[in-house]
Amino acid sequence: MAEKMSRKPYVREMTSEWIFRHPRYLRYMTREFSCLFIGGWTLMMVWGLKQLAEGPAAWAAFLEFLKSPASIAFHVVALVFAVYHSVTWFNLTPKALPLQVGEEFVPGAAIAGAHFGAWAVLSLAVLYFAGAF
Amino acid sequence: MGERTIEMEVQRYHPEKDSEPHFQRYSVTCREEWVVLDALNHIKETMDPTLSYRWSCHMAVCGSCGMMINKEPKLACKAFIRDYEGVVRVEPLAHFPVERDLVTVIDDFMEKLKRVRPYIIPKQARAVADGEYLQTPAELKKFKQYSMCINCMLCYAACPEYGLIPKYIGPAAIALAHRYNQDSRDGGREQRQEEIAATEGAWECSFVGACSEVCPEHVDPAGAIQQVKIRSMVDWYTEHLMPWLKK
Repeated sequence: MAEKMSRKPYVREMTSEWIFRHPRYLRYMTREFSCLFIGGWTLMMVWGLKQLAEGPAAWAAFLEFLKSPASIAFHVVALVFAVYHSVTWFNLTPKALPLQVGEEFVPGAAIAGAHFGAWAVLSLAVLYFAGAF
Repeated sequence: MGERTIEMEVQRYHPEKDSEPHFQRYSVTCREEWVVLDALNHIKETMDPTLSYRWSCHMAVCGSCGMMINKEPKLACKAFIRDYEGVVRVEPLAHFPVERDLVTVIDDFMEKLKRVRPYIIPKQARAVADGEYLQTPAELKKFKQYSMCINCMLCYAACPEYGLIPKYIGPAAIALAHRYNQDSRDGGREQRQEEIAATEGAWECSFVGACSEVCPEHVDPAGAIQQVKIRSMVDWYTEHLMPWLKK
């Protein structure tokens, strides 16, 4: 005689506690959060373009603003987040772009390394065309 | 062989008596080589026969004993007591409803697994008389790691996207769909795309990467999901920008 079984599954609510459950979640949120600074910096560049279009006085005021302590502090923080964002994403490239040559897969370090290499070359090219050398 | 007495806090939930789960503490004298599953078996056999949990093989093959051990998804048969300091807290796998004690309701995963058609759909029907399918070692290596999945659902418990958006098909199901898509004998990718290339499929993933970190069989579902995204994107561009390439 089978006893009648009653079911009442308990659903646990998900709270924001998960972010602190393991350091990996905090690292992930930092990576996601970095986009705010990169987005902010991009908007600042768009504003700079607008100032440039408005004439020499507006452009000079924009340059003056860039030299302010608040702007320098923002640039330092944005740079740190941009580097963190780029490094974490480049380190993930071997997962998204595995490359099989013959039987074996190319080591992940080579795929991530190629991205870092391209990043360095492009950065140097930008600095070269900007007249940094 | 050394012995050590540890404190264990096990989450209990009796659907007929409790309105919500609570923790029960047990002092367990463990042997040096014990895993958390041994300690649970010891509790059930000598202290409290009412404790419910799933287990079967005790050797990380069946995928039944997944649970949260100190907030991290683990197979209880692979989590050595000696690796833990202080109180060991055991809870049912996160993100799944609790049936009773450490037993979760896994219907959602089973249904999703079925939807992605995790089996070979041959390109063309083949008679037994035609002989076996031939596959090179390189073709085998292309999908082999994904075939190691034991459906233990640790990746679902680790994935915050699945916790927040239960409709998300999730890591193991997408990794298994990808496993068959990558198989040279298979021709079912288009059928699986309906499920895995959808918003609730790969695109729900924001690449936390936790699924691959907690996988006890070293499968890389996070990688599989990103590869599905890339293939789906190529499909979209081919269809909309270069329709003449589509057969």
